[in-house]
Amino acid sequence: MSEHHKMDAPDHARRLDDMAQGLIGTAMDRPDGPLKVSGTATYAHEWAVDNLCHGVLARATVPTGRVSDVAAQDILDRPGILAVITDRRLLRNPAQGGAGEAPVQDPSRIAYFGQPIALVVAETFEAARDAAASLRIDYEETEGTYRPEDAAFETPEDKQSSQGDLDAAMAQAAHSIDVTYTTPGHNSAAMEPHGAIASWDGDDLVLRGSYQMLKHNRKEIADSLGIDPANVRLLSPYVGGGFGSKLGIAPEAVAAALAARDLGRPVSVALSRQQVFETTMRRSETRQRIRLAADAEGRLTGIGHDAWVSNLPGETFAEPATQATPFLYGGENRQIGFHVARLNRTCAGSVRAPGEAVGVTVLENAMDELAEATGVDPVDLRRRNIPDTDPSTGKPFSSHTLRRALDDGATRFGWNQRQRPGTRREGDWLIGLGMACATRVNILAEARARVSLTADGRAVVETDMTDIGTGTYAILTQIAGEMLGLPLDRVTTRLGDTDLPPGSGSGGSMGASSTGSAVYLACRNLRAQIAARLDCAETDLTLKDGKAIAANKTTDLAGLSDGTLTAEGHIEPGKTREETRQATFGTFFTEVAVNAVTGETRVRRMQGTFAAGRILNHKTARSQCIGGMTFGIGMALTEELMHDPRDGHIVNRDLAEYHMPVNADVPQIDVVLLDERDDWASPIQAKGIGELSICGAGAAITNAIYNASGVRVRDYPASLDKILAGLDDGRG
Amino acid sequence: MQTRLHVNGTTHHLDIDPRTTLLDALRDHLRLTGSKKGCDHGQCGACTVLLNGRRINACLALACMHDHDEIITIEGLGGPDDLSPLQAAFVAHDGYQCGYCTPGQICSATAMLEEMADGWPSHVTDDLTGATKPDATEISERMSGNLCRCSAYPNIVDAILAVAAERTRA
Repeated sequence: MSEHHKMDAPDHARRLDDMAQGLIGTAMDRPDGPLKVSGTATYAHEWAVDNLCHGVLARATVPTGRVSDVAAQDILDRPGILAVITDRRLLRNPAQGGAGEAPVQDPSRIAYFGQPIALVVAETFEAARDAAASLRIDYEETEGTYRPEDAAFETPEDKQSSQGDLDAAMAQAAHSIDVTYTTPGHNSAAMEPHGAIASWDGDDLVLRGSYQMLKHNRKEIADSLGIDPANVRLLSPYVGGGFGSKLGIAPEAVAAALAARDLGRPVSVALSRQQVFETTMRRSETRQRIRLAADAEGRLTGIGHDAWVSNLPGETFAEPATQATPFLYGGENRQIGFHVARLNRTCAGSVRAPGEAVGVTVLENAMDELAEATGVDPVDLRRRNIPDTDPSTGKPFSSHTLRRALDDGATRFGWNQRQRPGTRREGDWLIGLGMACATRVNILAEARARVSLTADGRAVVETDMTDIGTGTYAILTQIAGEMLGLPLDRVTTRLGDTDLPPGSGSGGSMGASSTGSAVYLACRNLRAQIAARLDCAETDLTLKDGKAIAANKTTDLAGLSDGTLTAEGHIEPGKTREETRQATFGTFFTEVAVNAVTGETRVRRMQGTFAAGRILNHKTARSQCIGGMTFGIGMALTEELMHDPRDGHIVNRDLAEYHMPVNADVPQIDVVLLDERDDWASPIQAKGIGELSICGAGAAITNAIYNASGVRVRDYPASLDKILAGLDDGRG
Repeated sequence: MQTRLHVNGTTHHLDIDPRTTLLDALRDHLRLTGSKKGCDHGQCGACTVLLNGRRINACLALACMHDHDEIITIEGLGGPDDLSPLQAAFVAHDGYQCGYCTPGQICSATAMLEEMADGWPSHVTDDLTGATKPDATEISERMSGNLCRCSAYPNIVDAILAVAAERTRA
């Protein structure tokens, strides 16, 4: 049985609210927790596979050119070395999120430093690593472009827009801001490096890997190898973090598959941490110019956002830094400009919340500058500029919670304690408060899931959807338990296997609402099947604790049917996407201490208030928000990919030199989730939450640094050298 | 080369490449994959195991150097049906998301609580001679060798504080 639903109209029925089990929304522990804390959850590179050999990638030590020779024979004579794979099907670039086809292949042409060229396979990992490091590769080098300053920028026509006359609005404004900020490149730095184990059975490939979106990844692998997707099975039941880096396949997957085919035995390939930095995705550096025109009371009359980003030649992805600017604030005169440089640097792609992570952050810095210029309190300034409808299209918002988030956050945090910049000091520490708004576009994606109700009254949820730490195991279990009236111990969720119905995959904060809706639809169908057996209407049926109650009669779900009842749910986006502007909203408030002697910044308090439709699990949703806000701490203070200007190579390509926040950098963050239902977003009234909490978080910190010290750092991150220079200039 | 390893109370005899790290010996040769490889350079802490009760990065140790040592991995602290107090507290407080750094965090926390009980001061300890107080600042400082990109840090601190409070009461 199949239950299909296209989201063509808002779902005001809110059926989940009618259910009786009491699971949905609760702070339930993750069902996968005991496996994860005992080290028994199986990640990609941990499967026990017999007769396994090991591959290590050998990579380019020049940034641009072509390979003239790979001296394979020099190492093939060594003990234990099995093969040197130089197949033209090896990946040059990783695949972009949702590509569903092969990325750029043929590693004999070199587009960036560190690019994979060959795979060395050996009986042991130690032998393969040593041989790969000493494999001689000869090159014919060519000139490349390694710095944005040296690049000619493309200005794609479809990425420019304007309404009214921004220049005139700027000229006539009582107050105007025209500022340019820069953000450096970032790395997702998921804790589990990419890894794959490939095994062939005849023409069928089984690939155990670490991916976010299996239905697309399967096609990417098949297309790269030149085989039918039906011959590829991917297994990713546990994924050690993604943050965009595992949306598309990376070089290890195809390399392992090709080597295993050649050798006729299973091959494992794990990327080293350095290889993750250099051969998967980076977030592009950005230069962003914000123009704000306002009247005497701070009401915006104009808003302009121009962004300059980069990627490799031929790559279509471009960090969409201006994505939220068309709808976050009002103002009749608007302009968006977008420019892309072609650079020979590691491929640019999605890193947590591509676009808003850096775009909303810079916009929120500019709003802080406008607040300063107008003398309007930063929270009040935002309140005055909340639009009634999408100011760029006139469409209604599916829901809008920014005002509630501003009120809630300001009150909880104690925003009224904020003082004028540079006026609060405790010993050597300058103390300041800052705030910023959060917003992120909301997406519903096509997804399928199967739910089975067994004869003994247990439910099994099955989809190829992944749980990358987001809580998918928990929320799908809760949705099925809620809809079918089953306690948790009678629901099992199976994920991460392409033999199962294709879910949405994890990315763009769409996994929970999309695949969750597919599970909801399957369960709705099962409820109808149960009702038919009890001769009642589905809406008259109450399911609770494994029992069905209808017309004052209670029946055990166990034994209701001789066999297993099964239904597949299938959700598709529809007209509600076009008819409304769908987004999530929130606010950040922070207190920082800036050391007047060293320029060091410590985040002392951080509060986030967010709304994302129905919250499916308060525990996992809160954890997602803490994670995003911590990415914001890193973005504000320490994270920065540094490229050698001579050849573009990433200088700080490991976790000792790329400084993501450690435990001591993160205070006991306070998160509030506002109660909300968005009927336009999905039939479960949920929206995405995984990325919202990074979108603007960094600005709350840098705005607090300004409030503490009077130093406005417009070149992220706000590291101590930049703050010290500002203090020395007497701005502090 | 022949190497003997005592892991979680069992003695294993291995014939492995002398370049094999303790981490790779555990993961690839003993199939104890609870210890994770996040960086292989001692930068992330995901491979933390207990060596004679002290926390170390298994990726920075060669297996052949430890044939007289007692090694405890996450699997030795408790299984899914028999969680240690810290493992259970990590579940209750959601002290993890993707779970990849988690075994290292828990091994590290297990040894860290002993270090505090033994009176070892840290960078943030005010009184170097008195008893150390397990508060959020101390825990955060002492757990900063274990990276978590999902950033469960506040929840990790809460989980450890809950276990520390139980130990104090006991």
